[in-house]
Amino acid sequence: MSTPNSSIALVLAASFIGSFGATFLKGGADRLERNFKSLLTNWRLFAGVATYLSSFLVYTAGIRNGELTVLYPMVSLGYVWTLLWSRIFFNEPLTKGKFMGLGMILAGILVLNLGNK
Amino acid sequence: MIGKDFTEKGRYGTIVKCAEKTNLNTATVEAPVIVESKKNLRKSLTMVFGCTLLGATAQILIKSGLKLLPQHAGLFELILIGLTNWQLMMGLCLYGGSTVLLVLALRYGELSMLYPVIALTYVWVAMLSLIFFHESVNIFKATGLLMIVGGVCVLGLSQKK
Repeated sequence: MSTPNSSIALVLAASFIGSFGATFLKGGADRLERNFKSLLTNWRLFAGVATYLSSFLVYTAGIRNGELTVLYPMVSLGYVWTLLWSRIFFNEPLTKGKFMGLGMILAGILVLNLGNK
Repeated sequence: MIGKDFTEKGRYGTIVKCAEKTNLNTATVEAPVIVESKKNLRKSLTMVFGCTLLGATAQILIKSGLKLLPQHAGLFELILIGLTNWQLMMGLCLYGGSTVLLVLALRYGELSMLYPVIALTYVWVAMLSLIFFHESVNIFKATGLLMIVGGVCVLGLSQKK
């Protein structure tokens, strides 16, 4: 079975959309206060959940055709995007340890998927 | 390393404020920024850890719930059956819980450090699948899982300095 380009595009799009989900949640978490009203008006939290849901829908459409062993690891590209957004939007330092840790995790996910063949 | 962030970046101001508040309540002396940041690191890592456990359990529940759904059924019928399927409903609730934990964790730590830790979900799912679905383990799976755990350790330890 081969994996159509449209599936690859959809899964890559899902990982891109999903990375904004985490970014919105972080933005919302930074503005968290201990009262109910501020929770309801915290639009970033709602945007985060909505972004996650839409990323899930795009992902589901993507994996209808094609090999899961090819498509599944592509989702983890979202980790790389998230690293980029945390630098751009939250000014977080990107240290050697973070790159090394993420690199090991991504490689681990790839190797893990080889075992699912 | 994190102590430097406190003085450099304004967005950590919320955390410092919150720490002062709890110190007032418990009537302790104001802790130095370094100790506070270490506490926050441990707090946020524990929460993300819980978040991955909940997420993995949710995935397993949803998978076993989906298996019980009929192959041929209309959308309306599927939704009705799905709503009465406790595994599916429980799985969705746990997903909700894991999202709440993630938000609470993100309050105390950096996104770039905490988000990759979510990959631990893969490890739990593999272990739970082994127990509940009797899925096989091979050298690739075992190596991959160890690499993920190693990566998470590297991330966590690199922040401790």
